[in-house]
Amino acid sequence: MASVAIAPLDVPAAGRTATPRTPKRVLPGFNITLGFTLFYLCLIVLIPLSALVLKTFTLTWEQFWAAVASPRVVASYQLTFGAALIAALVNAFFGLLVAWVLVRYQFPGKKVIDALVDLPFALPTAVAGIALTALLAGNGWIGSLLEPYGISLAFNRNGIVIALIFVGIPFVVRTVQPVLEDAEKELEEAATCLGATRWQTFRFVIFPTIAPALLTGFAMAFARGVGEYGSVIFIAGNMPMVSEITPLIIIGKLEQYDYAGATAVATVMLVASFAMLLVINALQSWQRKRGGAQS
Amino acid sequence: MKLKQQVTLALAAIALTASNLVAAQTALLNVSYDVSREFYKDINTAFTASYKKSTGKDIKIDQSHAGSSAQARAVNDGLDADVVTMNTITDVDFLASTGVVAKDWTKKFPSNAAPTSSTMLFLVRNGNPKGIKDWVDLIKPGIQVIVVNPKTGGNGRMAYLAAWGSVRAKGGTDAQAAEFVAKLYKNVPVLAKGGRDATTIFLQRNIGDVLITFESEVISVDREFGAGKVDSIHPSSSILAENPVAVVERTVAKKGTAEQARAYLNFLYTDEAQEIAAQHAIRPSNPAILKKYANTFKPIKLFTAADYFGSFAEAQKVHFNDGGQFDKLYTVK
Repeated sequence: MASVAIAPLDVPAAGRTATPRTPKRVLPGFNITLGFTLFYLCLIVLIPLSALVLKTFTLTWEQFWAAVASPRVVASYQLTFGAALIAALVNAFFGLLVAWVLVRYQFPGKKVIDALVDLPFALPTAVAGIALTALLAGNGWIGSLLEPYGISLAFNRNGIVIALIFVGIPFVVRTVQPVLEDAEKELEEAATCLGATRWQTFRFVIFPTIAPALLTGFAMAFARGVGEYGSVIFIAGNMPMVSEITPLIIIGKLEQYDYAGATAVATVMLVASFAMLLVINALQSWQRKRGGAQS
Repeated sequence: MKLKQQVTLALAAIALTASNLVAAQTALLNVSYDVSREFYKDINTAFTASYKKSTGKDIKIDQSHAGSSAQARAVNDGLDADVVTMNTITDVDFLASTGVVAKDWTKKFPSNAAPTSSTMLFLVRNGNPKGIKDWVDLIKPGIQVIVVNPKTGGNGRMAYLAAWGSVRAKGGTDAQAAEFVAKLYKNVPVLAKGGRDATTIFLQRNIGDVLITFESEVISVDREFGAGKVDSIHPSSSILAENPVAVVERTVAKKGTAEQARAYLNFLYTDEAQEIAAQHAIRPSNPAILKKYANTFKPIKLFTAADYFGSFAEAQKVHFNDGGQFDKLYTVK
């Protein structure tokens, strides 16, 4: 009650003291904004990352190469990027379906389901890993049903992909959803009136609208999958050459106090991820331009 | 307005009291390994009481626990620990190499600065259905062995070295030991990340016939999963895994807590602390107390790292660093 009373008292007081002659601008100008953006990005992103790269410079070229190109490490790159790619593709398809259903249909419990989508964001990934392992291991609810058929989902590469699908799904749903909400239904109706089949409507009307958002979601799910450690580690089995992800290699190197080797592998991952994100961004802007030219 | 003021006042009062409390009493930070939480909780209660009795002053011990080498890295990178109590010598050696603890830390306290030790043994399922008695049983076809990945856990490094040393203890050569270890790791379906992870895989996921782990883990298994789920098997020989302790000179010089830190670590050698260790299935260095708990600590032929590997540092280099013996198990077909 008391705090509510403060607000109306304080506001006019502040207005009187300021007495602006020019209309007050809430947002600062370009210079300040850009300065702040660069400063903030430096502080939060660039400085830590450059520290990482600088640490790898303590290695000679041969040492660097030995650290990042040994067979175990190369096997882990293939696994990490491959599993993240598969998981992101799966998420792109099913995430789109989920977003579609959530936007286009009304049904009881929709709010709850909508909230469920965000859970993988909020859950500590280690908890997710342990929960998935408990479900999928040979004696778990799902694992015990599949075991008689010789299907094993935990402690091998399958488990890694499943864990990455779990952590990646909100990225796709949450990027596609707002775009779908904004998409004008009238366009689809017009397409139908003009004689388009359902498939043609989707292919030529809906898909071009949501493609950039879908690509963004895909890219974010992929990037998340590449860096994921907590959930994968419990379900992977962690066998060298088979199911050892790159973040585990990095932890392994740190365990032997090989700081430089660990940062070298991390740098390789960083460069690879950055390159892929750049490509996806380029794809996206190309897509957007093409979409703009069409309409 | 009134409510807001009251809240602010209350907060200020709490902050003041809290800071007064901190100022009035010395606090030590003990940075330790993952599974020693319960042990040091009991030790700290005993130590604060004994310290109050002998000096009349209050002291508070804060604990921090995580994987041993992760903790060593944290202390090296600036975590203000007064003392470190680890489960692998290489972790303290690393801190000595960076000058955070004294170079001659092993000489600062009795028994090579290791008040307690442990060893690796086997846990098998109740009744030992596969009849596992010794190391050679682990390489039989169809036996699944759960161990920790030596790359990510000290527990795994000890298990590997214990397996290697068991061949040497019988008079075998290094080549025979390498062959044995290679066969053993062929029987490993999952490499766990750390000690607790291995226990979970073995008991909750129900994978494997035998788990190689620290002797002290038996107690926590009985406590968490109920007694009688597993039997512990003492093989014919195993490795001596000393739990080294050291004063972090960098911190105590800054905080002026050298005396208290030393008193704390010396306390670990008293009969009282050694008894507490024995109750947690951690081997006391005092032989009389070790004997008293012979039921827990069945006689087992213990070899040290120096016997077959030169030292732990040497073993780390030859076996676990990149391109070492362990990597060859998986990369050379």
